[in-house]
Amino acid sequence: MRSRARSPAALTRSPAHAAQASRKDVRDAVRAARSAFAGWSGATAYNRGQVLYRVAELLEGRRAQFADEVAAAEGLSAARARDAVDAAIDRWVHYAGWTDKFTQVVGTTDPVAGPYFTFSLPEPTGVVGVLAPQDSSLLGLVSVVAPVLATGNTAVVIASQDRPLPAVSLTEVLATSDLPGGVLNLLTGFTGELAPWLAAHRDVNALDLTGAASAARADLRAAAAENVKRVYVPRATDWTAAPGLSRLHAFVETKTVWHPIGI
Amino acid sequence: MLTEFFTPDRAGLARDDASLRRFLHGLPGVDQVGAEARAQGLATRSIKTTAKAWALDMAIRMVDLTTLEGADTPGKVRSLCAKAVRPDDGAPPVAAVCVYPDLVATAVKELRGSTVQVASVATAFPSGRASLATRLHDVRDAVAAGATEIDMVIDRGAFLAGRYLQVFDDIVAVKAECGEAHLKVILETGELATLDNVRRASWLALLAGGDFIKTSTGKVSPAATPPVALVMLEAVRDFAAATAQRRGVKLAGGIRAAKEAVRYLVMVNEVAGEEWLTPAMFRFGASSLLNDLLLQRHKLATGAYDGPDYVTVD
Amino acid sequence: MSKVFQYAPAPESREIARLKPSYQMFVNGEFRDGSSEPVKTINPADETPLAEVAEAGPKDVDDAIRAARRAYEGHWSKLPAAERGKYLYRIARAIQERARELAVLESLDNGKPIRESRDVDIPLAAAHFFYYAGWADKLDYAGFGPSPRPLGVAGQIIPWNFPLLMAAWKIAPALACGNTVVLKPAETTPLTALVLAEIIAEADLPPGVVNVVTGGPPIGQAIVEHDGVDKIAFTGSTEVGKIIQRTLASRDTKLTLELGGKAANIVFDDAPIDQAVEGIVNGIFFNQGQVCCAGSRLLVQESIAGELVDSLKRRLTTLRVGDPLDKNTDVGAINSAAQLARVRELTESGVEEGAVRWSPPCELPGRGYWFVPTMFTDVSQAHRIAREEIFGPVLSVLTFRTPDEAVLKANNTAYGLSAGVWTEKGSRILAMASRLRAGVVWGNTFNRFDPTAPFGGYKESGFGREGGRHGLEAYLDV
Repeated sequence: MRSRARSPAALTRSPAHAAQASRKDVRDAVRAARSAFAGWSGATAYNRGQVLYRVAELLEGRRAQFADEVAAAEGLSAARARDAVDAAIDRWVHYAGWTDKFTQVVGTTDPVAGPYFTFSLPEPTGVVGVLAPQDSSLLGLVSVVAPVLATGNTAVVIASQDRPLPAVSLTEVLATSDLPGGVLNLLTGFTGELAPWLAAHRDVNALDLTGAASAARADLRAAAAENVKRVYVPRATDWTAAPGLSRLHAFVETKTVWHPIGI
Repeated sequence: MLTEFFTPDRAGLARDDASLRRFLHGLPGVDQVGAEARAQGLATRSIKTTAKAWALDMAIRMVDLTTLEGADTPGKVRSLCAKAVRPDDGAPPVAAVCVYPDLVATAVKELRGSTVQVASVATAFPSGRASLATRLHDVRDAVAAGATEIDMVIDRGAFLAGRYLQVFDDIVAVKAECGEAHLKVILETGELATLDNVRRASWLALLAGGDFIKTSTGKVSPAATPPVALVMLEAVRDFAAATAQRRGVKLAGGIRAAKEAVRYLVMVNEVAGEEWLTPAMFRFGASSLLNDLLLQRHKLATGAYDGPDYVTVD
Repeated sequence: MSKVFQYAPAPESREIARLKPSYQMFVNGEFRDGSSEPVKTINPADETPLAEVAEAGPKDVDDAIRAARRAYEGHWSKLPAAERGKYLYRIARAIQERARELAVLESLDNGKPIRESRDVDIPLAAAHFFYYAGWADKLDYAGFGPSPRPLGVAGQIIPWNFPLLMAAWKIAPALACGNTVVLKPAETTPLTALVLAEIIAEADLPPGVVNVVTGGPPIGQAIVEHDGVDKIAFTGSTEVGKIIQRTLASRDTKLTLELGGKAANIVFDDAPIDQAVEGIVNGIFFNQGQVCCAGSRLLVQESIAGELVDSLKRRLTTLRVGDPLDKNTDVGAINSAAQLARVRELTESGVEEGAVRWSPPCELPGRGYWFVPTMFTDVSQAHRIAREEIFGPVLSVLTFRTPDEAVLKANNTAYGLSAGVWTEKGSRILAMASRLRAGVVWGNTFNRFDPTAPFGGYKESGFGREGGRHGLEAYLDV
């Protein structure tokens, strides 16, 4: 299910009946993500920040709905679910604020030993395949998706297999936002079935294995080698902790540019 | 082919400043860092033994032995000429001597019967700041006195102000005064400041009919430098490709060491081509360079280093 | 080549290399024989043997990795960072002192011209050690958070194209960050790495901090597969890089890869033509084109293509191919028979597929692995010579009409290591730089390297960066 087009087969409200995406949906999602990449990565960082902030506002408008869905999906108390939703929104805002700052933190000018101006900047790697966390249906989801988008990448996300509903609602929010179509593409279904297609897809540049079963990781990583994908293997998954920079670093390339200095 | 630009009716390019500017500014730019790197790369060529001997002798044959001092006298010029004809035992004569117009007659008399040419600076050398009439008169005097080569200066003020047509016309007028004498056009590259300007001034001088383009008067620093020489050699190369006319390059000012001269010959060889490796196409305007060439020549022949006492002051 | 001005041979003396009859590998601070039969390393310029070199077996790999582990857990990880830095300074200084010897040895073993090993390889190697020496006690400020930790034992496998320089690129940052190292040089070019080991031993680096094991691909494989390494850094072909990534799929070993390329060197009609010609020539004939970031595809704007190709042909006739030890040599020998065969095969495919081949007249030496500088015109994107990395002195010339088309063609490859752009227009340099999917973009220049400037690829040219502050990330637990 893409963030704009909604095929009837994929749209459902019942947690028990989230659509089963197929490898063709993976293929279509990657295609959409690739098409959207030039526009999203070519937008100014300020513009991406504005889009993402606006999404946060929309999420806030639907706070109650999300809290219900998270409570149902994860078996949390209403209060705990509300906390999780608040944290998720805060997390989204946090990453929205990174769009036009990350470059200043990791970018450099390089004092080369010659008459050249040389600088190194982060650029988005391209299309990122994300396996969303299985357990944390909104906060965890936001924590893996937002850094990918904030750095200018487009994403194909496989939602939590058993707790997909908050993800589906998130894409409904995105559909009404300024986020261009194809920037975030969500697939619901069996992670174990979908992930290998994503991992092997040669037009996917990077892979976030957070939601992969441990036993599945080796095969996914081996498949990723086919086109030398950048594979992010998460460590800690305490979603309430401060996220640090590693998820921002993970999906950027450093480009170094040289130019002579002369008259 | 650009041959139509040589017609005196000034059709095409040389119609006005704007059309000259369009042409000259349409030439490819020169990246300074890249040009310096190429010049430096060429300087790493190692020239030893037989190659070095050949290069030293060729360099000697390419020297315009120069004296351009306010204190010059006929006696000084006579001494210079003697050295020019016979720099040292077994060494070949140089290409020319180069003097002020009022000493041309002395040089001509001394050099009668030799192969050494008499070059005269002219056009209110070195600054060039005098009326056109005065500058042309200067040329006329030198030619009348027997100079076979004229080294003129361009109006750098006009060039930097974009008055390209004036610079062009000046050269055309001087060339007309030269008659049979061949004309070297001094660009004074140190004052032109950028390699782009060196390229443009080179083309301007070649289009206007200069037989040689020359770097400097020797009175301003920087004078001849490897990147400047590189750009000028590229200009004569490209000009020859465009017009089938081969023009020469003279490097003057600041070249004191034989090692530098040899490096420049490598540059001529690899940038313009071996057709330019002849005094008819390439010159060094120098005074102290000759002695260093002779010292190096001794060393190659005898294996031992010499001191300055072993070459004559001129 | 000029007949009027013939440069006499100007050979650097071979004796300067202080070649020994045999070289041992370096494990746990000691030089020792390998458990396999020693192998001869030959001079690719004339196919004569240079020396016998110890050949590792799996046991040597195991010993080296254990030694690196002991050193890491023992002395090295407890050493104050500034002290680590001092060792690196000492190594850097020693490389400078033995620069001439290393340069001649590198040219003998690799086949590259002495001018390149002397003016590029060796000085950059020393500079890398100097640069990373200074980072050792400043990691808190490197942008990875306070007190970033090293990874542990790093297995490093390097190629034959810049043997000493690649060793420096690997060892210096690894040590600066507090790791210990097991390095395997390429089997055709082990000598300078082993002299570096001598330098390291003389610098009194604690035993086991750096180990150099020599051998072929099976030894590299043994290092990759060993579960005692925390990190693998590999520079080499994309094909082998993928194998390594697959091999490590089931392990937690950190990985960085620096792989192949098929860089586009893009020349616009307003380029500074003479400097562009230099950049093109340097881009593909420097190091005989055996460079991952070589400008092997010339993309020239159609309006000036004829003129540029003529200028290139003229320039190529001044290239001097010959004895690597001759200071006037511009293009040296191909590193091995295998590499030469590959270059020939791909070149033949260019002819078969209909591209037009041209080379300057060139007399090649009778013995040795030689290939004349070659240029193909009328090349299209579909030709093998436009898509596959040749890793030799072969330039493929393609044309474009507009900036968009140039970008499209330049990016139309699975590789993404480097690119060049030539134009006098500043805004166009920046536009092209931002749109080219390559880890290094050279604007109005080419093949510039510096320890402060990060280097590495997009897509199948690898991941991770070497050089600069970014180069620390590969060796820290961040």
